Amino acid sequence: MSDATSGGAVPAAGSRRHGSILQLDARTKKRNAKEARFRAYGLGAIIIGLVFLVTLLTAIVSNGVGAFQQTFIEVPVYLDPQKLDKTGNRDAAEMAKVSTFGYTPLIQQGLLDLVDREGIDAPFEKAGDMKALISASAAAKVRDYVLANPDALGETRGFELLASSRVDGYLKGRVTQESVERDRNISAEHLQLADALREIGAIRKGFNSEFIFGADASESRAEQAGIGVAILGSFFMMLVVLAFSLPIGVAASIYLEEFAPKNRLTDLIEVNISNLAAVPSIVFGILGLAVFIEFAHLPQSAPLVGGLVLTLMTLPTIIISTRASLKAVPPSIRDAALGIGASKMQSVFHHVLPLAAPGILTGTIIGLAQALGETAPLLLIGMVGYIATNYPDGISSGFLDPNSAMPAQIYEWAKRADPAYYERAWGGIIILLVFLLTMNIIAIILRRRFERRW
Amino acid sequence: MNDMTLLERGVQTDDIKISARNVEVFYGDTHAIKNVNVEIQDKTVTAFIGPSGCGKSTFLRCINRMNDTIDICRVKGDILLDGEDIYDPKVDPVQLRAKVGMVFQKPNPFPKSIYDNVAYGPKIHGLARNKAELDEIVERALRRGAIWDEVKDRLHSPGTGLSGGQQQRLCIARAVATEPEVLLMDEPCSALDPIATAQVEELIDELRQDYSVVIVTHSMQQAARVSQKTAFFHLGTLVEYGATDRIFTSPEDPRTESYITGRIG
Repeated sequence: MSDATSGGAVPAAGSRRHGSILQLDARTKKRNAKEARFRAYGLGAIIIGLVFLVTLLTAIVSNGVGAFQQTFIEVPVYLDPQKLDKTGNRDAAEMAKVSTFGYTPLIQQGLLDLVDREGIDAPFEKAGDMKALISASAAAKVRDYVLANPDALGETRGFELLASSRVDGYLKGRVTQESVERDRNISAEHLQLADALREIGAIRKGFNSEFIFGADASESRAEQAGIGVAILGSFFMMLVVLAFSLPIGVAASIYLEEFAPKNRLTDLIEVNISNLAAVPSIVFGILGLAVFIEFAHLPQSAPLVGGLVLTLMTLPTIIISTRASLKAVPPSIRDAALGIGASKMQSVFHHVLPLAAPGILTGTIIGLAQALGETAPLLLIGMVGYIATNYPDGISSGFLDPNSAMPAQIYEWAKRADPAYYERAWGGIIILLVFLLTMNIIAIILRRRFERRW
Repeated sequence: MNDMTLLERGVQTDDIKISARNVEVFYGDTHAIKNVNVEIQDKTVTAFIGPSGCGKSTFLRCINRMNDTIDICRVKGDILLDGEDIYDPKVDPVQLRAKVGMVFQKPNPFPKSIYDNVAYGPKIHGLARNKAELDEIVERALRRGAIWDEVKDRLHSPGTGLSGGQQQRLCIARAVATEPEVLLMDEPCSALDPIATAQVEELIDELRQDYSVVIVTHSMQQAARVSQKTAFFHLGTLVEYGATDRIFTSPEDPRTESYITGRIG
């Protein structure tokens, strides 16, 4: 309206406007170039990210897939009643007195006999020479079988036993005849024998369900170690985390978001919750050590304590995501409920909470997934011990007996000297990732299914 | 003259339903409403008009204490509903809001079925003893909301799937389902097209049979069409209050005149 614009006294702008639209002017060219550059940066960033992701996944799978395969030796063992049941009356209590040391020579003899029978040329004469081929866990397996089937005494039975980790490594290419030159546990001749046994079908590789369902094993028995008990430990911990963090987190968020007055105190609480989410998890570990174990005298290494510590860690995540999803519910819904005479609580529980539920569930699952992969706090409360026991019997021992957890078990394996454990650490990571992926997929499905529009 | 107009429309309106005395509202340090005194009659449509930010919506929200939900809002003075102070400490705002229903500017049906939208209020207030009674209440409310014929075949489809005008009538039905005595409407037609607006206006005129309706509106034509009494708010004060015909034909205050002739606002 002013004189300056109505007078048309801006010829520069005028001339530019009258240029052909078929020809890009300098400014537009510059602008387009800028945009093209930005797109290239973005694309580059995504490609770099993808490359890292692919590298990571390839590394995990190629290193870890071996853990799901294990080498077994088929050995016919003569179950000598002279050695295994000295009294001869098949009394279970008497037979149980024979420890695994009584079985080991029988197994080794069985293997040596097999070698002789098959006419394999090997420079071994003593049964004890076979030790290097068979896992130390074999004796226990045979013993368990005999105690369960006393009738088998005096007969020769075929057993599928674990091969030692060196033989397993040889079949998987981790161990070579050259690399065992200075290995005192096994010699190149043993490996040649293993090749021969493989040719006649006595040694073969098979799927290793024990790795998924079994317990940890000692340092010298890598072939026997499994992550099953640690999975159970993680499972019981997650139950504790879910049971505590979901109700506490949701109740706290609803109170803070919907009921609490907005004042200095609630501001302070809010800031602190955000800060807690960024506190290193090991701090929660030492807090749990001080409070739950030293003060409350809860048992060490127990999934209950682990779960409580992880609850502390997960709470801020759940509170933050729950509050965000409560905030995302449009205020008009609250007004509508209040406007027809619903109480504050009715409006929250009948209308706001159902609408926020998908977000809350997603946040909770993400929090649980985070807790599932957490290692540091578990180190401090001792949930990283060597747990070679079998499964906890019963619910209460599931919560209170010492156990490990998946990431702690992986950490433990990665620390061990035997390279066979390195492979198991990667294998454990595959299982952990499968669990995390499953949880994330559940979160996505829940979000999709319960998402509502308003 | 006032009485004459109303008698023509055949409604008895002598009773004072709501009476506000020296009402002051503060949002933090902002003095939003300054010393408002107004008497709202029963079975009458009262329109609050005025430029944006003049406090008409704020005052409306005082009448059912919706302002309680805003932390920084403070209300002083007395608002009497049938002679009882609604800001008395003994009053539970939830109980008050069952008596003083509200319809909002933007249609806000719950993301539930049409039936559940209307049935929610009667359910939480225990107005129905069984399913049959509830069905009856829902049907009656939807008929009062002039939307029954359009939705009777799809009561269990989501209320959010209706058109804007239908949603707003559904919200009105939802508000009348709880049998309020006063119905507050905060610019109920501002999100609607002219046809839907006409339907809602017609509905408002019918609702006057049973309720005292207070409507905030930006449209002076709407105020003139639906209301019997009009209050003009400006900068937080009630400038002029009287029969709608008189306000629009011979306003006493020069500010009112400027507003209705389009010079301010």
